[in-house]
Amino acid sequence: MAKKFKTRLKVKEKDGRVNVKAIVSHPMLTGLTKDKKGNKIPEFFIQEVVITANDTVIMTANWGPAVSKDPYISLDYAGKSGDVVKLAWTDNQDNKGEAEKKVK
Amino acid sequence: MKRRKFLKNTLAITATGAALGTGLVSGTALAKEEKANPFKATSLEEALKAAGITEHEESDKITVKAPDLAENAAVVPVEVNSSLEDVSEIRIFIAENPTPHAANFAMGEGSEAIVKCRFKMGKSSDVIGVVKSGDKYYSAKKAVKVTKGGCGG
Repeated sequence: MAKKFKTRLKVKEKDGRVNVKAIVSHPMLTGLTKDKKGNKIPEFFIQEVVITANDTVIMTANWGPAVSKDPYISLDYAGKSGDVVKLAWTDNQDNKGEAEKKVK
Repeated sequence: MKRRKFLKNTLAITATGAALGTGLVSGTALAKEEKANPFKATSLEEALKAAGITEHEESDKITVKAPDLAENAAVVPVEVNSSLEDVSEIRIFIAENPTPHAANFAMGEGSEAIVKCRFKMGKSSDVIGVVKSGDKYYSAKKAVKVTKGGCGG
């Protein structure tokens, strides 16, 4: 499968706190929907998201199919400018994606 | 990945079923399988149990921010935020969804107890945020109404 999933990441530092925002373009199918012929469309969703800053894990998120299409996530952590924030995700069909940004 | 998991599950179920001998018991084994994966649980109690939450206390130190009226049920923004100390985990449940366990966030070092994410909702329901602080679970909930027809109320 050569589908392209775009991972976008934004980081912003303010008063010793870094805000991380990310959007992954992904269909996030629940497995409950049906196509026109009435066949179930298999589930297809991001299962795990790992966010690290300078190689320290700041959050691991496990998602179910209830997370909306093109998932968005935002969180804060105590950090400083110069940190390298990385986000890596894996879905249930073993597609992977990642993004990296340096905190200004 | 999926096939592997399926095979593994079937194997586990057959093994337990065979060991205990009856068809009824293989049903229990199935329930056990579900227990291992809270995302597969189909009711709120089961999902909570599967996530290892036996009891949780309501706390005013947790806020669940979500719209009162969701204009688009496929994209409901939810924010869970807590002033509790030593938060290691945040879980979000949507009570009336086919699989209520929506997401789980394990917080690492230095991260603040605040998470924003977007969810799908099948119908009007409570959104429950469960926060693990120390060894205890605390929760807060927010009712979100979902309108059909897309008028946005």
